[in-house]
Amino acid sequence: MQNSNNLPTQVSPLKQFLKRWGSTIGIALGVIGITIWQYNLNSQITEAVVASSIRQATPLVLGALCGLLGERSGVINIGIEGQMLLGAFVGFLANVWTGNLLFAVFAAVAAGALMGLLLAYMSVTLKMDQIIGGTVINILALGLTGYFYQVGLTTQGKLQPIALGALADIPLIGPAFFNNPPITYATFILVFVVHYVLFYTKWGLRTRAVGEHPRAADTLGVNVFKVRYVNVILGGAIAGLAGAFLTLEAVGSFERAMTNGRGFVALAVMIFGKYTPLGAWGAALLFGFANAMQTQLQFADIQVPHQFIGMLPYILTIVVLSGFVGRTRVPAADGVPYDKE
Amino acid sequence: MTENLALEIRHVTKRFPGVLANDDVSFNLRKGEIHALLGENGAGKSTLMNVVYGLYAPDEGEFLINGKPVEIKGPHDAINYGIGMVHQHFMLVPVFSVIENMILGSEVTKGTSLDIKRARREILEISEAYGLEVDPDAIVEDIPVGVQQRVEILKALYRKAKILVLDEPTAVLTPQEADDLFRVMRNLTEKGVSIIFITHKLKEILNVADRVTVMRRGKVVGHTTPAETDQQGLATMMVGRSVLLEVEKAPAEPAEIVLQISDLTIKDERGVSAVKDISFEVRAGEILGIAGVQGNGQTQLAEAITGLRGVDTGTVTLLGEVAPFEKPRYLVEHGMGHVPEDRHKHGLVLPYSLADNMVLCTYYQKPFAGKMLMRNEQAIQENADGLMERFDVRAPSAAVAASTLSGGNQQKVIVGREFSRGIEVLVANQPTRGLDVGSIEYIHKEIVKMRDEGVGVVVISAELDEILSLADRIAVMFRGEIVTIIDAKDATREKLGLWMAGSNPDEK
Repeated sequence: MQNSNNLPTQVSPLKQFLKRWGSTIGIALGVIGITIWQYNLNSQITEAVVASSIRQATPLVLGALCGLLGERSGVINIGIEGQMLLGAFVGFLANVWTGNLLFAVFAAVAAGALMGLLLAYMSVTLKMDQIIGGTVINILALGLTGYFYQVGLTTQGKLQPIALGALADIPLIGPAFFNNPPITYATFILVFVVHYVLFYTKWGLRTRAVGEHPRAADTLGVNVFKVRYVNVILGGAIAGLAGAFLTLEAVGSFERAMTNGRGFVALAVMIFGKYTPLGAWGAALLFGFANAMQTQLQFADIQVPHQFIGMLPYILTIVVLSGFVGRTRVPAADGVPYDKE
Repeated sequence: MTENLALEIRHVTKRFPGVLANDDVSFNLRKGEIHALLGENGAGKSTLMNVVYGLYAPDEGEFLINGKPVEIKGPHDAINYGIGMVHQHFMLVPVFSVIENMILGSEVTKGTSLDIKRARREILEISEAYGLEVDPDAIVEDIPVGVQQRVEILKALYRKAKILVLDEPTAVLTPQEADDLFRVMRNLTEKGVSIIFITHKLKEILNVADRVTVMRRGKVVGHTTPAETDQQGLATMMVGRSVLLEVEKAPAEPAEIVLQISDLTIKDERGVSAVKDISFEVRAGEILGIAGVQGNGQTQLAEAITGLRGVDTGTVTLLGEVAPFEKPRYLVEHGMGHVPEDRHKHGLVLPYSLADNMVLCTYYQKPFAGKMLMRNEQAIQENADGLMERFDVRAPSAAVAASTLSGGNQQKVIVGREFSRGIEVLVANQPTRGLDVGSIEYIHKEIVKMRDEGVGVVVISAELDEILSLADRIAVMFRGEIVTIIDAKDATREKLGLWMAGSNPDEK
């Protein structure tokens, strides 16, 4: 057959590599450079900044994992915020009542998964508009937690950091990466697990196929509904874990609307990370880093009004999103309910 | 007899809300034969095959495979019984590699991971065994349509299909690619595969099929073999009345130049030249056919001429005056009619009524615009009734939404609107794509009528038969260039096919 038309233009491998990864490598080198330079000037503060970046990044990357599991299978999830909030609240209550932190974490995860099930039911079975479905979850979570929350509940402690032996003593990296509470470690592992599942397993192949061309997957005997349900529920569970991080690990107590927009920032992180777990992790770390820098610089003795320093993370976001990331490819069937006939 | 049947379908009935898509259909497929299933659009061929493949659940009916009754509840069962299907719109994930597309749903794994290496080896083995060459690591969206189709066939063979359903497989191919496909099909039947070949192209059936079953309006209306019939006979069976396959037309009498395209270059969204330095002219009273495989710049060219797209260099001269780009209303008011390629996107406002669709170009003019800001409902209604009668639009009334009509009737609405405006130049891009023989016949007749009334016509089509039967002169586009313009008298299918594939038939 004639296969002469529509051939892609040939680009040298190096150019292709740079085009694809250049901006990522550039940003990463920049951040690492600044960090090492700062470490030489003031090791203590720099260590604090790095550790704080990781802490800020954890709920964001978990939220992003939740979002991308859904969207890779074709379900837009803007209810991450609500799933996170309900997870945080249920985890907190479980901790108050039982005092068992492990049980509380599972309760939070289960609450998130339940919200995932609700979203899946609305968007896959009822074929509702998925933006509305997500909004329903956000409002529901805000209402439920606000109504049932009583001021004055006290918990019995929160998850404590576990130092990983000698690793924790490495300068700069040690305290930031190897001296963390369990959910933070779990996040590190989850990023790689989700990456592996999505790109190297049968389930991941089916998930991506369902998100790109559900009909093609259906004609090959893949159960589109099942794949979407499972992914959205798993995503909800991960968002629940992000909620548990907030109440059981970071803060130790609950406040109304304490997720404070993190679920939405997680969506930005997911897009910024090009719908890949590793990308999302990098993006979340950058967001976390900008936030941590901003906090630290407020205390530093610089002759700049603090409002300008407060802008730093947002300016960074705008610059990076507009200038360096380039176009993100959204899964083709994202947000489109699947109809069999 | 029955032991020779690979597949037998008995008394299948399938209803959709308001439509009886298959009405007591029976059909059988012998081992190793190519059995063509012929019918117009909407005759129920694809529905029947989707039922066989388990995508639709039949309301009644039963299936036998190799003489044994089976139940097919979903594609998964169909695949297990050795049925493979190549859909009209390819079921390939564009961003996946060939390997990923092939193994999806039947993955080979090593531990928890996909075993890509083993899959690649297996694919190469099959591709060699059947002579279907592919690069397993290529990304599907980067490879040409003909190769994508090969991937689809391999996908079925990879699942050990013994019964292969090909749904309108040649719609997207050049004549040479289609010939290649027919060779592949015969090769497959020699290796014991039985093929159901769905089509509405008569010539292809006479070429490759062993037997033919004809469907009309959900029912089987007859069986025949290529030896017993010819194109006219098949067409009559398919439509239910005798049809004219070739448009009857007198020799053209070209007059003055009405449309002149000079040095047109258009870059597409990615900055690649989609149209390269194209020049041609169209005279009043002639039809210029632009042939070419889809995606060689025809869309961009048509959009530029009709005011939907800007250009990088070049001019369009309409009736002696240089026309502005991206000003469709100027063109509408200066005698240009446009039958767009995508009738849903650019031809009609689907949720609007037929009456409103028929005044889309003229609603702001008298008599349709009434006093102040009001519409003149009566004039719009009368216009619609008149056009529906004159252009044989079959619809319950002019008040129904355009989306409820069949493709043929939708196209007649567009043709009615454009042809009745007193135009002097007509650009028709793929005017009969996806239409049945009866509607094609009608629209071709109308286009020739316009020509005879002195309109300069440009017909852009990927269907060679359409170009050959309509055009007085033929231009061939390949990779954004017009590679030749010849008189229709000197054109043959073979010659045009070679031009369309980028080679020059005159230098051998």
